[in-house]
Amino acid sequence: MERNQMHKHIFLMRQSFFDQGLLDDQFIQLEELQDDANPNFVEEVVTLYYRDSSRTILNIEQSLEKNPLDFNKLDNYMHQFKGSSTSIGAKKVKAECTQFREYCRAGNGEGCMRTFQQLKKEYAILKKKLETYFQQTRQAGPSETACRPRMN
Amino acid sequence: MGISTESQFHVLAVDDSLIDRKLIERLLKTSSYQVTTVDSGTKALEFLGVHEDDQSNPDIPSVSPNTHQEVEVNLIITDYCMPGMTGYDLLRKIKESSSLRNIPVVIMSSENVPSRISRCLEEGAEEFFLKPVRLSDVNRLRPHIMKTKPKDQQEDKQENKEEELGKPEFQSREEKEEQQQQQQHHHLQHQHSNSNKRKALEEGLSPDRTRPRYNNGLTTVV
Repeated sequence: MERNQMHKHIFLMRQSFFDQGLLDDQFIQLEELQDDANPNFVEEVVTLYYRDSSRTILNIEQSLEKNPLDFNKLDNYMHQFKGSSTSIGAKKVKAECTQFREYCRAGNGEGCMRTFQQLKKEYAILKKKLETYFQQTRQAGPSETACRPRMN
Repeated sequence: MGISTESQFHVLAVDDSLIDRKLIERLLKTSSYQVTTVDSGTKALEFLGVHEDDQSNPDIPSVSPNTHQEVEVNLIITDYCMPGMTGYDLLRKIKESSSLRNIPVVIMSSENVPSRISRCLEEGAEEFFLKPVRLSDVNRLRPHIMKTKPKDQQEDKQENKEEELGKPEFQSREEKEEQQQQQQHHHLQHQHSNSNKRKALEEGLSPDRTRPRYNNGLTTVV
């Protein structure tokens, strides 16, 4: 009984990620690549993303402290970061990346900094939520009707 | 390990992004390809065992010949935007190499730039995929990979897996392959590959790539 409840809870949690625009269809693409032989694929990719992108975030942070700002460099970093964010389906983060790049192209330093603060917020929120999601999914254990969609 | 006596196809994936390498590797393995991933064009060429005498450009460093004979690569899929050697540069070097030019090359890019797409296709790329790459894209690799194997090894065990092909040009695949074996690769570009090129271009230009909606019954309810 309790297990079913846990699964339902996880299901709703996952659904909320989509409803709130935190994740997009690409996340589902990742889920579809997960199978019995690779049962933790999504979590692995997300973990890799946070590890890998933390360096890029640092680079951007440091670059934003320079005077004058090197918009080209910032744009390049963000191009990378946007790519990874897109690959895991991080919708809101990706939107902030796009905004940031627009400010870069416009040479708007203030805009870049503001957007970057917002980006970091979204990035952190998503991280926490996904950590919780994966943790609870593990705790709930495997289920015939697990929240991961099957390939039809 | 990519030995040619096995009937498995071996794909070399090139991408400077760690995440994207992991993703493409999984996509390719799901489709039963053997995969090697490298993070740069330079490493790709090393892996392919590029020789000085194969190149028209003598500035390319020659590499140990050992890898060249043993590793067979049936397709190369590469990111476009990479620091140093871009995917386009890599494509050119491959097409310039007498030993490598017959290996089909596919380009991936996160940016939809029509001129970029045309340039790659004209340089000999088979397909151009917009990132993020999906299973349906990887399914399109099969006909290109099949070109590189002798006919008796072309039986397709993967046909049972869901394929989103269903396009007329793939139904007469064997006919197509027979044709290709008689013609040189560079002639193909201007003839029947045009339909592939155009399709990639069109898909590249379309702002409206159909994507399944997440709330469309994909989830299994508890």
